[in-house]
Amino acid sequence: MFEYIWLVPLFPLIGFLVIFFNFRRLKGVTAGVLASIMVFIPFVISLFFFFGLMNGAEAKTVELFSWISFNKLSIPFSFLIDRLSGLMLLIVTGVGFLIHVYSIGYMKEDAGFNRFFSYMNLFVFFMLLLVLGSNYLILFIGWEGVGLCSYLLIGFWFKNQEFNNAAKKAFIMNRIGDLGFLLALFMLIHQFGTLNFAEIFSKSSAIPVGTFSITMITLLLFAGAVGKSAQIPLFTWLPDAMAGPTPVSALIHAATMVTAGVYMVARSNLLFVLAPVTLMTISVIGIATALMAGSIALFQNDIKKILAYSTVSQLGLMFVALGSGAFTGAMFHLTTHAFFKALLFLAAGSVIHALHGEQDIRKMGGLKDRIPVTFWLFIIGSLAISGIPPFAGFFSKDMILIGAFHSGYVLWVLSVAAALMTAFYMFRLLFIVFWGKAAVAADPKHPVHESPKSMTIPMSVLAVLSIIGGFIGVPALLGGSDRIQVFLAPLFSSSEAFLKHGAEVSESSEILLMTIPLLLILGVIFLAWSFYVKNRNIEQEEPERSFLGNLLYRKFYVDELYDTIVQKPVAGLSTFFHDTIEVKVIDRFVNQTGNLVVWIGKNIRYMQTGNVGAYLFFMVISIILILVLNLFK
Amino acid sequence: MFMGFLISVPLVFSLLLFATKDYAAWNKKIALAASLVTFVISVGILLQYLANPSGYPAFHPDIFRSLGFEFSLGLDGLSMLLVMLTTFLFPIIIYSGFGKEKSHRSSFFGLILLMEMALIGVFTTTDILLFYIFWEIALIPIFFVAILWGGENARAITFKFFMYTLVGGLFMLAAIVYLYVQTPGPHTFAFSEFYKVVLDPHAQKWLFLAFFLAFAIKIPVFPFHTWQPDLYFTAPTQGTMLLAGIMLKMGVYGLLRFVLPLFPDALNDLGIYAILLSVTGIIYASVIAIRQNELKRLIAYSSLAHVGLIAAGVFSRTFYGLEGAMIQMISHGVNIVGLFFCYEIIVRRTKTGAISSLGGIATKAPVFAAFFMIIMLGSISLPLTNSFIGEFLLLLGLFEYNAWLAAIAGLTIILGAVYMLWMYQRTMYGEVKEATAGFTDLTRQEIIVLVPIVAIILWIGIYPHLFLQIAEPAVRSILVIHP
Repeated sequence: MFEYIWLVPLFPLIGFLVIFFNFRRLKGVTAGVLASIMVFIPFVISLFFFFGLMNGAEAKTVELFSWISFNKLSIPFSFLIDRLSGLMLLIVTGVGFLIHVYSIGYMKEDAGFNRFFSYMNLFVFFMLLLVLGSNYLILFIGWEGVGLCSYLLIGFWFKNQEFNNAAKKAFIMNRIGDLGFLLALFMLIHQFGTLNFAEIFSKSSAIPVGTFSITMITLLLFAGAVGKSAQIPLFTWLPDAMAGPTPVSALIHAATMVTAGVYMVARSNLLFVLAPVTLMTISVIGIATALMAGSIALFQNDIKKILAYSTVSQLGLMFVALGSGAFTGAMFHLTTHAFFKALLFLAAGSVIHALHGEQDIRKMGGLKDRIPVTFWLFIIGSLAISGIPPFAGFFSKDMILIGAFHSGYVLWVLSVAAALMTAFYMFRLLFIVFWGKAAVAADPKHPVHESPKSMTIPMSVLAVLSIIGGFIGVPALLGGSDRIQVFLAPLFSSSEAFLKHGAEVSESSEILLMTIPLLLILGVIFLAWSFYVKNRNIEQEEPERSFLGNLLYRKFYVDELYDTIVQKPVAGLSTFFHDTIEVKVIDRFVNQTGNLVVWIGKNIRYMQTGNVGAYLFFMVISIILILVLNLFK
Repeated sequence: MFMGFLISVPLVFSLLLFATKDYAAWNKKIALAASLVTFVISVGILLQYLANPSGYPAFHPDIFRSLGFEFSLGLDGLSMLLVMLTTFLFPIIIYSGFGKEKSHRSSFFGLILLMEMALIGVFTTTDILLFYIFWEIALIPIFFVAILWGGENARAITFKFFMYTLVGGLFMLAAIVYLYVQTPGPHTFAFSEFYKVVLDPHAQKWLFLAFFLAFAIKIPVFPFHTWQPDLYFTAPTQGTMLLAGIMLKMGVYGLLRFVLPLFPDALNDLGIYAILLSVTGIIYASVIAIRQNELKRLIAYSSLAHVGLIAAGVFSRTFYGLEGAMIQMISHGVNIVGLFFCYEIIVRRTKTGAISSLGGIATKAPVFAAFFMIIMLGSISLPLTNSFIGEFLLLLGLFEYNAWLAAIAGLTIILGAVYMLWMYQRTMYGEVKEATAGFTDLTRQEIIVLVPIVAIILWIGIYPHLFLQIAEPAVRSILVIHP
C-alpha cells in the first residue's frame, strides 16, 4: 500500500493550486473547508500507513522520477515511508487538520481568508515533502519550502512593514543555517557519492568514530537545524515570527516546522553518533538555548511572545535529548509538544479573539468565568507542558531528563532548571490572564465572548491528546511498556546502544530522578500562585529593573547585538564598496585608461603634419636607429 | 538544412525591416513573427538533436568555399542550450515592448533581429574567425539600441561599453591570429584544428590572458564590470534584457568553448586568480545590491553576483561546475529577463523605479505580485525553481575545487535573500503610496509575456532532466579535450 504514498502530499498541493488560482472566485468559508479536507484525506491515509507500520510493515522507498541525475550523481525524487516518517506524517496531518479547522473560525473576518488557506495548504505540502524525502535534497526542498511559507504567513498582513521585517528576518536567519546545510550536502556527496539516506547510513557504519569529515558534516547539518529550530545563535526570528496570525504560530512555529531540525538530526542519528564532538555541541547549545529562552520568557508580557520563547526553550530540551543520544526521547517530546503547544497557541488565540486583539497579559485578568472553555483548555495545556502527571509532557520530559542524566549530572541539573522555568512562566501566564479582576473595563460594544465551536472543538481534541498522548511512552517503572521506544527501535536502537556508557540507572534512582523534578515543579507552581493569585503582584507600569532583570526583559540585547555587529557593518560596507571602490577606484581607473589613450592620440597626431620633408626626416632617422641598434646586437 | 534557416530567417527579416517605413504596428508584428518562426525552427533542430545526439546538426554551404572561406555552423549540447535560450527569449523581448519604442520602430526591430542573427552565429559557428566576426556584429545593434533609445547620459555610457568590449575583442583577435599560425598543416580557423594546437606553457599564459580579458569584460567578471550597471540602467529595458539575458552568455560560452580546452596549463597556474576574481565579484556585487535604491540598478548588481558564480563554476573545471554553469546560463537568462520585465511593468505605471517611492503594489495588483514573487524566488534559488538546480551544482563544483571558496561564494544565497526580499517588501508590501495609488493589475499582454517565463522557472526547477541531459555530453567533451 505504500506505493500510494505520493497521494499524501498531492492533496494539499491540489488544495493550494485550486485556492490560489481561484482566490477571487471562492466565497465565504469554501476555501477553508476545502483546505481542511485536503489535509484530512492525507491524515486518513497516514493513519492507515501508521497502523500498517505498527503491524510490522517494512519501510519502503518509492521513487517518483529521477530529479537531478547526470554523470555519477543521481538524486531521485523519492519518498521514504518508515516508522519515523510515519510518526511525523500523523503529527503534521493530524495537528495540521485541527489547526485548519480552527482557522476557519479564527480567520473568518479576514479579507485575506482565501490567500491564508492557500498558503497553509502549501505549507502542509512542503512539510510533507520534508518528512517524506528519502534523501537530503528532497528533505531540503521541503526545508526551504516551509521556510518560504513561514515567510509568507508571518508577513501575512503585509501592509504592516514591521510584520514584513519579521518575515524577512525569519527567512534570512533560516538561510544562514541553510548555507551550512548545503555545505554538509556537498561534503556528503564528496564522501559518499550520494544523498540517499539508506546508502549513506549503510556506508557510514564502516567509518570510524570522530573523523574530521564526519564531525564537519554533522556540525554543518546541525547549523541548518539551529536556523530552522531557532537555537542559539539563530533564535531571535522565532519570537518576532509571532507577527503572523495565531494559527500560523501554532502550526508552523510550534508544532511542525520548527521541529524539523529535531527530526532531521534524529533521521541522521547514525551519522551523529559517529561525531562525539557534535553531540557535545548539540547538548551545550540545546541547554544554553533552553535556559536563555526560558529565562527571557519569565519577563515577557505579550501572551504570544511568552509561548514563543517557551517553544524555543522546549526545542532546546529536545536538542539536549538528541545530544545525549536519547533520540526516542527527543521524538517523543516533539510529539507531545506538538499537541500541547498547538493547544496553548490556539487557546491563546482564543483569548486574543475574545479580547479583540489584545495580547498584553497585564491588560487581561479574570477571564476564568468569562471564557470558561478556553480557560479549562489552557489549564490542560499548562499542566501538560509543565510536566505534571499524567499529562503528556510528564512522560516525554522524564525521558529527556533521564537521557540528560546519562550524559552527566550537570546537564541533568540544568535541564531540570529549564523545566522549572517552564512551569513558572506558564503558570504566571495562566494566573495573570485568568485569575484576578479584569484589568481593563469591559467595552459594551465589544463584549468578551467565548470562541465558536469551530475553534473550541479542535482545541478540545488537542486537549485530549495532551492528556493521553504521553501514554505511548509510559516507562516500565510505572508499569507501562514504553511503546514509542519499541516502535522507533528499528531506527534508533543501534545508535542508542552504541552511545550507552556506564551502567543502567537503577530502579530506585530512576524513581528519584522522576520525583525530585516533579516536587520542585509543584513548588514553583505554588510560588507562581502566591505571586500572581494570592498577592496579585502585577506591575502595570514599566518598573525599575535591576541589571539582570533588564537584561532578561530586553532579551539579552541579542537583536541589538546583531544590529551592531552584522547589519550596520554590512550596510557600511555596501556604501563603501559602491561609493569608494566602485566609483572612485575601479571606474576611475577604467576611465583614466580611456583618457590616457585619448591624450596620447591627441599629442601623437601632431606628427602627422602632411609635410613630405618631415616624413622623410622621420624615415631617415628611423633607418639610422635600426642600423645602429643592429650593430650592437 | 534547418541550421541554414535558423540564421537566415532573422537576417532576412532584419534587412526587410530596415527597408520598410515605420508603419504603426506591422513592423513589430513582422519582427515577432520572424522571431517566432526562428523559435519553431530551433525546436525542430532540438528534436533532430535529441533523436540523434551524436550526429550534430550542421550547415556548410559550398558557395563560400569558392571564396576561400569556410562558413560552417554546427551544434553540440552547449550550443543547443544557448540557441534555445536565444530563440526562446527573443519573441518575449520583442513582444514585451508594447509600442514604447516610439520613434524609428522599423529600425529598432531590425536591429533586434540582426542581433538575434549574430547571437545565433556566435553560438553555432565552428570556425573561430567567424566566431570573432559574429561576436563583433552582435555589438553593433546593441550599441545603436542603447544610444538611440537610451535614457540619461546614454551616449557616454554606451560609448564606454563599446570601447571596453571592443578593446577586449582586439586582444582576442590577436590571440586568434597567433593560434591560427600554430595550427598544423594548411592553416584553418576550424575549432577542431585549434584544439590540436600544442602550446608551450609560456605562450598559453599570454593567450589565456588575451582571451580571458575579452570574455571577462563581456560577462563581466569583477573588476571589469563597471560599464555594466550604468549601461543596464540607461539602456531601454528591451536592450537591457538582451544584454543581461543573452549577450553576456557569449562570454561564458567563449570560456567553455576556447579557454578551458585550449589553455589547460595556463589555467592550472592562473585559474585560481580567475576564481578569486569571480568569487570576489559575487560578494562585492551582492553587498552593493543591498543598498541600491534604484530598482533597475539593484537587479543589475544582482545579475553581476549571479554571473560571478557562473564564472567561478566554469573555472573550477569540475563536472558539476560546468554542468551547473550550463543550466544556470539558461536559468539566469530567463530570470533576469523576467525581473527586468517586472521592473518595466512597475515603471510603466508609476513612472519611477526608485524603491523608496514605491510600496503597496501587492494590494493593488495581486496577480502581478504573485508572478513577481515566483520570479523573485527563482532568482534567490529556492528549491523547485530553476536557479536552485544551477546554483546547487555550481557551488558543488566549486566545493570540489576548494571547500572554503564554496563557503564564501555560498554567502550569495544569504545575501541574495537579503536584497531581494528587501526589494520585494519595499515595492510590493506596505501601505499604498502616491506613486502606486493608481496601480492596475496585469494586462493580458503582460500575462502572455510572464507565463512562459514562470513556466521555464518551474520546469527546470522541478524536472531538469532534459536540460541536464543536453548539457552532459558537452561538459564531458570539454573536460576530455584536455583532461
